[in-house]
Amino acid sequence: MTAPRDFKYVGTRPIRHDGVDKVTGRASYGADAAWPGMLHGFVLRSPHAHARIVSIDTGAAEAVPGVHAVITGKDLPETTATIALGEAAIDLRDIGDNVLAKTKTLYHGHAVAAVAATTIDIAREAAAAIEVVYDVLEPVTGIDRALGAGAPILHPALVTKGAAGPDAGGPTNIASRMELKRGDVDAGFAEADLVVEREFRTPMVHQGYIEPHACIARCGEDGRAVVWCTTQGPFVVRDACAAIVGLDPANVKVVPSEIGGGFGGKIVVYLEPLALALARKARRPVKIVMGRDDVFRATGPTSGSKVRVKLGAKRDGTIVAASASLWYEAGAYAGSPVGAGAMCMLAAYKVPNFFIEAYDVVVNKPKVAAYRAPGSPIAAFAVESVVDEIARELKIDPIELRLMNANAEGDRAPYGPKYGPIGLAQILEAARAHPHWRAPLGANQGRGFAVGFWFNAGMNSSATVTLNSDGSAAVVTGNPDIGGTRAAQAMMAAEELGIPVERVRSNVGDTDGSGFTDVTGGSRVCYATGMAVIRAAEDAREQLRARAATIWNVSKDAVGWENGRAIPPAGTEKASPMTVAELTAKMTQTGGPIVGRASLYAPMAGPAFGAHICDLEVDPETGRSRIVRYTAFQDVGKAVHPSYVEGQMQGGVAQGIGWALNEEYIYSADGVMENAGFLDYRMPVASDLPMIETVIVEVANPLHPYGVRGVGEVPIVPPLAAVANAMRDATGIRFTELPLSPPRVLEAIEAAAAVPVEA
Amino acid sequence: MVAIRYETPRSVSEAVRLMAADPGARVLAGGTDLLVQFRTGVRQPSAFVDIKRIPELMSIAIDAHGLRLGAATPAAVIGEHAELRRLWPGLAESVRLIGSTQIQGRGSVGGNLCNASPAADTTCALIVNRAECVIAGPNGERTVPVEAFSIAPGRTVLQPGELLVAIRVPRPAARTSDAYLRLIPRTEMDIAVAGAAASVTLDAAGLCTTARVAIGAVAPTALRVPAAEQALVGSRLDEASLKRAADAASAAARPIDDKRGTTAYRRTVAGVLTRRAAAIAAARAREQGSHP
Ligand SMILES: Cc1cc2nc3c(=O)[nH]c(=O)nc-3n(C[C@H](O)[C@H](O)[C@H](O)COP(=O)(O)OP(=O)(O)OC[C@H]3O[C@@H](n4cnc5c(N)ncnc54)[C@H](O)[C@@H]3O)c2cc1C
Repeated sequence: MTAPRDFKYVGTRPIRHDGVDKVTGRASYGADAAWPGMLHGFVLRSPHAHARIVSIDTGAAEAVPGVHAVITGKDLPETTATIALGEAAIDLRDIGDNVLAKTKTLYHGHAVAAVAATTIDIAREAAAAIEVVYDVLEPVTGIDRALGAGAPILHPALVTKGAAGPDAGGPTNIASRMELKRGDVDAGFAEADLVVEREFRTPMVHQGYIEPHACIARCGEDGRAVVWCTTQGPFVVRDACAAIVGLDPANVKVVPSEIGGGFGGKIVVYLEPLALALARKARRPVKIVMGRDDVFRATGPTSGSKVRVKLGAKRDGTIVAASASLWYEAGAYAGSPVGAGAMCMLAAYKVPNFFIEAYDVVVNKPKVAAYRAPGSPIAAFAVESVVDEIARELKIDPIELRLMNANAEGDRAPYGPKYGPIGLAQILEAARAHPHWRAPLGANQGRGFAVGFWFNAGMNSSATVTLNSDGSAAVVTGNPDIGGTRAAQAMMAAEELGIPVERVRSNVGDTDGSGFTDVTGGSRVCYATGMAVIRAAEDAREQLRARAATIWNVSKDAVGWENGRAIPPAGTEKASPMTVAELTAKMTQTGGPIVGRASLYAPMAGPAFGAHICDLEVDPETGRSRIVRYTAFQDVGKAVHPSYVEGQMQGGVAQGIGWALNEEYIYSADGVMENAGFLDYRMPVASDLPMIETVIVEVANPLHPYGVRGVGEVPIVPPLAAVANAMRDATGIRFTELPLSPPRVLEAIEAAAAVPVEA
Repeated sequence: MVAIRYETPRSVSEAVRLMAADPGARVLAGGTDLLVQFRTGVRQPSAFVDIKRIPELMSIAIDAHGLRLGAATPAAVIGEHAELRRLWPGLAESVRLIGSTQIQGRGSVGGNLCNASPAADTTCALIVNRAECVIAGPNGERTVPVEAFSIAPGRTVLQPGELLVAIRVPRPAARTSDAYLRLIPRTEMDIAVAGAAASVTLDAAGLCTTARVAIGAVAPTALRVPAAEQALVGSRLDEASLKRAADAASAAARPIDDKRGTTAYRRTVAGVLTRRAAAIAAARAREQGSHP
């Protein structure tokens, strides 16, 4: 290993480049664009969770004065294309059908038609005039119904993919089944002194980004189209729109707006193909903005789940066997993150024998989308609750138990590869040493502990670093900035060039103006795109050295580089070191503009762990609980901008606490979502949470020049279990179903008081 | 699409005239209920009659008889009124619970009452303080006790052309105080799952001579609970009598089962909050007794 590098900018906390525009309201988000001649689009949505579309009559809507275009599923071609996205491919046939139902509506809120008119009121009125005849079918409202006898079938042609299970064959709602195994589970359990088995359930939850989906699109007579939208993946939007609407991707330019949160939910398209198809038909730009109710009903939440976990341990705490079955709701189309859940659930532990089976189940609810470490929080809730039970049964400190079983460098991860350097033991030790772990608890308070894991992603990234004649620089990448990545990228360019970070402008390019770049997701931007920025800045620096060599009339190899200055070789006459600004001032005379560029594919990333301590207080008479103190420990590899790393950790915790305590999709028996708004979908508000304490642990990732690991997803993994374990500590009750809302908690407290159970 | 008129009367009589002339018109106070309902298509008024430019609807006056609260006075102004907070701490805390800082900058007690949500936070605190609604209409002025003002969710005794002008609250007797508590799963920006207010008067010896108890969000309208009041009167507001009051409140509750809470849960919590509110009111009243 090389000696740790002395950084000048990396690790400092400059003000973010996009901050002032955001706090002054100048930043332009998805709904902020207005183009000449613009029409307003409105989407008509299914009132039924499951229905066959018998007919759609748009005649009356088209006759409304001011209406310029009406589209239904018939206006979009059937596509079989896919888009590569890491390991998972996006099936565009499903996405196309999700964007606008073709033959069946599969959830309450599924789009069936769209209207473009001169005003939004006219568009809404015209949409109300569209006559849709439905043949209403029984909805599949959850996993149990989906798998039960005589269950209604969402997709008659669906066949279970993957490792065949016992119930393979025939019409099914199981889209796929996966197995993961090692060793001999039966022998492992036979060896165990203690076996704990529990079944857990979690409801669907939404990312809850503050900015609803919004876009504006135009399409010329020549087939050239522009889409402005709020997205995490402009290149995905480009390819998806082209395939779904039937355009040549070469003719589609996607311009990402400033983005008001995504958390994985703004990768797939919802409105963009509709705006584009309407714009093509109307020959006018069309803008569509979702309301919050549509965001809840018709964009991708993450799965509701049922997870059964069984762990076996020796009396000394060694975990010897594990088995688990996971069923995740995919929503209306295949594709829940159940596979990732299965792969993450034992990532922290050396388990010699395990067997995991994972089912992807379609139900009449919105198609799930990525949500921060997709699949992992649900699985961690189950496993970390059972590990907590084992620690209690065996009377071993929960951190000690995890340390005893912790995976380390060289161990084989349950999902396959051998771990490189990982910081699991380091975060566990940091947690054990932290004053929080020993702080006294008050009345009705409890403390919970849990760990969490996420793979993190690498994938494709490109960057350019353009030098200006005044010695400033502009960075362009294709990653919308959802977590402060522009600031981090500017810092990396400044570090390599040796110019002040304030002299670097960091930009998000559109699909024509930046090299191909995969989505902002998988905690990959600071890592993979950051690496591209570093290399592009190195490329610019090498060009500067060459210019200095030209000026000094020496060979490039002889030119040194120190602290942002080219250093002439010893003994060069009349030559003194030149700064970046001095060199760029002479660019025209020495060969023209300087643009550094880099493109790369990072096949792997640095996996990461987090460990959380949660203190909670419960009101035993009302079941209402309050998070009293919370500390998150995380191996981040290298914190480029520590404030934004801490912000990611706090944000993940806040979302995880919401998931644990109050958030849930509430459905009526006929599949209608009853709480499609922030009043009744209870995300935490600022005053609900204490200041979330953060402890950054840095175990360098050898795959990155600075040691960076992905940061954004890990922190949402432990909170569900950390909160539930704290609730167990406070009440003596093991909760296996989320959310831990006051009525559920009070009911359990009253039941426990009525029939005393062993604590 | 139809145009919506926006009217800004400067006097109560002008507002009454505007309201009487157009049955589709709606009074606009802070708009924190009305504009949300308008945006979601629940209400489509033909005109907004903005009452915030009528001085007597935007004022707080306290004299020997008590409080006269202009119906459209923003919650934030009420919450900062020191004398009001001293005399009716429970009423003030119910006002200060509404929404958030932003919502309180606009929302009013009049709007809270006229919107007639069973979960409205100020209703219970007003009822236990014997508050009355002063109503102006085409046929002059009339008064209605707050407990009779709402008749069903979203419905009040207001007749076409009528307007809530003010809320009058009599000055509390010596050694009297009040309290209001509500339960929401979060800390703000939520709707009460259950709420309870209590007002108690103690004699010099610390015995409770009068008590008023009201519970919210557990029936179509806020309920006064005479049985809970009887459990308190004559007692020293000790644990046993508080418990009896709690049981009476739970028994009186007629909650619904919905996404915000189950019937059983609301019933239990109505009792718990009643007991706690009565205990707080008692402590406040005792405090007054010790500093006359
Ligand atoms: C985010 C949010 C949070 C909220 N939180 C709470 C909460 O915690 N507790 C709570 O109780 N409420 C809450 N509310 C509801 C609302 O803020 C309150 O009910 C508020 O008191 C309404 O007052 P307003 O002046 O804004 O009423 P408006 O919206 O102006 O009016 C409400 C209704 O009353 C009518 N009206 C108003 N004034 C008069 C009058 N003088 N005469 C006749 N009719 C009249 C209007 O026509 C309308 O129908 C919340 C609302 C929001 C948006």
